[in-house]
Amino acid sequence: MTSTTPSPGPGWATPPHPPGTYPVLVVGSGPGGLQASYYLSRRGIDHAVISADPGPGGMFRRFPFFQRLLSWTKPHVPLAHDTKEYERYDWNSLVAFEPEHRGIMPSLMDGSTEFPSRAEMEEGIRRFAERTGLSVRYQTPWQGTSRDGEHYVLHTPAGEYRSRVIILAVGVAEPLLPETPGIEHAVHYVDTREAASYAGKRLFIIGKQNSGFELANGLLHWASPIILASPRSAHLSVNLHSLSGVRARYIQPWEDADTGGGVFILNASIERITRHSTGLSVHTRRSDTSEPFIAEVDEVIAATGFRAPLLDLESVGVITFGRSGLPIMTNAYESATAPGIYFAGTIGQGVSGLKKYGIASNSGAVHGHRYNARLLVDDVAGRYFGMERQRPELPPGEVVGRLLTSASTAPELWHQKSYLAHAVSRDPDGRIRDEGIVSLAEYVDAAGPDGAAITVETDDRGDIHPALYVRRHGRVDVDVALESSPLLDFRSPEHHARLSTLVADVLG
Amino acid sequence: MNQTELLNALAGLTLFSDLDQPQLESVAHTLSAESFPAGQRILRQGFSGSGFFVILEGEVGVRVDGEDVARLGRGDFFGEISLLLGEPPVADVVAESPVKVLQLAGPQLRDFLLEHPPVMFRMLQSVSRRLERANRRG
Repeated sequence: MTSTTPSPGPGWATPPHPPGTYPVLVVGSGPGGLQASYYLSRRGIDHAVISADPGPGGMFRRFPFFQRLLSWTKPHVPLAHDTKEYERYDWNSLVAFEPEHRGIMPSLMDGSTEFPSRAEMEEGIRRFAERTGLSVRYQTPWQGTSRDGEHYVLHTPAGEYRSRVIILAVGVAEPLLPETPGIEHAVHYVDTREAASYAGKRLFIIGKQNSGFELANGLLHWASPIILASPRSAHLSVNLHSLSGVRARYIQPWEDADTGGGVFILNASIERITRHSTGLSVHTRRSDTSEPFIAEVDEVIAATGFRAPLLDLESVGVITFGRSGLPIMTNAYESATAPGIYFAGTIGQGVSGLKKYGIASNSGAVHGHRYNARLLVDDVAGRYFGMERQRPELPPGEVVGRLLTSASTAPELWHQKSYLAHAVSRDPDGRIRDEGIVSLAEYVDAAGPDGAAITVETDDRGDIHPALYVRRHGRVDVDVALESSPLLDFRSPEHHARLSTLVADVLG
Repeated sequence: MNQTELLNALAGLTLFSDLDQPQLESVAHTLSAESFPAGQRILRQGFSGSGFFVILEGEVGVRVDGEDVARLGRGDFFGEISLLLGEPPVADVVAESPVKVLQLAGPQLRDFLLEHPPVMFRMLQSVSRRLERANRRG
């Protein structure tokens, strides 16, 4: 090593955040890591961000495979792009307090589609980081973890990083292959080749969730036949009332299967894959009758999901669960078994919340987890830095109107239904406090001052309505569904009267 | 827990003990794995929209109006009564330790049981046992 380094030009400045001890460490420069870093910076909490990548963007540096997202950014809704309310129609921009940093995505798109390209998404994330002044040390992969007294130690090629608080935003992005015998003859979704190279090929796709249908949709006019198979029947998002089902964007193969056009959708377990001189045999067994069926194909792609790349975190006490290897977390995204280790971004989907009627949160997508990040940072600020949440006083006459406005327009409540809520409470001195956006599970399960929280819920019939959770004597005993309305605006006199009655004894 | 371990765990539970391998795989893909830290409520007394849960690991406490009435562990299940009756749960179920469960969305329970009659039979047996115990106590 020489002591003087010649400056080869722009971009070669000394990288920020050298190894050392920091109040907080963030790992990852995708949407999850950057949104967490943004909220930390706005709370004034000094921190370092390290990333294995050479630049911002996370998974959007490479995916989705067909280069077009399935999440909307609608430019032409009657709301200014720099308002909070606009975020309801823009699933892809990272979020900011400052109006000038909001709505970056619509400014990058040409307006011909509401679905941004992968490159536009990557650029949007880069601009957010640049405009909000976030600083990342790139090409510094986290390679291992240890404990040293009160600090966690992250090992990187650059050296050791130490902190009491680690926020990991490393995505759920490690390809997950089943243990099926012969799986080595298949490729994972991430290794799908250019579409044209599947021209005329007989294709077998393992998996019937969104990634399987995305591939079938993208390869529909190239490969034939296309067989989609997995043990469970496929569900459409419009039937589940949840984005966890197959999205409307990708159901062309489903229609094709229904009309006998060359796509086949099977409910079967995949027993083994064997290679022979003319291709591959996929041995399956029907889920309902156990009848065997062998598919003769040229290619097999496993759209079998991803897991969180949590390396050796179990060695410092993190417990994980499920196929995706998600950690067991509190409602504030802290490991339930290794205090001080938090998870931002898509890993937050491991916090299931109330999951009413089985409808999952949207924490596995940007438009869900960008709001979780604020709750996470509030928890870090309170527990590790003694900072209190802001709880502005609210005139009693404004409570009902404020809650109904949130239920009608707050993007947090619309993107994280039955998961995030707007809470208002009464202090012992009788003052009404606006608690802002909170975790609904935390609100209903934890003790706290009397008050009420409102959220937006979808029930098993697909009806979308406000729901109220009133805390009396420190407990929430029941949920109350309010009436819906034709255009989902709940600021009517009838709603006002009903809500006033429901909260009269605690917030009146 | 990988897929093989999950299937082995499922096969070892009474509720699923009559299913063959393809059916077990179907069940494993239909139910979602969830986890809860100690102290977290999993089922909430009086709340609408609950689900059906099968415990894979850990212990839970059953509480009615805040009073402990039972403890459940690996292989036990809960949430079915309120779903079968179409009413909110009459008890809280709270994680006593870090708990790993399989969850089925409430609205899917009816179809799930109709598609897997052996599971319905085992569930009926279990509910009958609970009824018998309650009758004896009464």
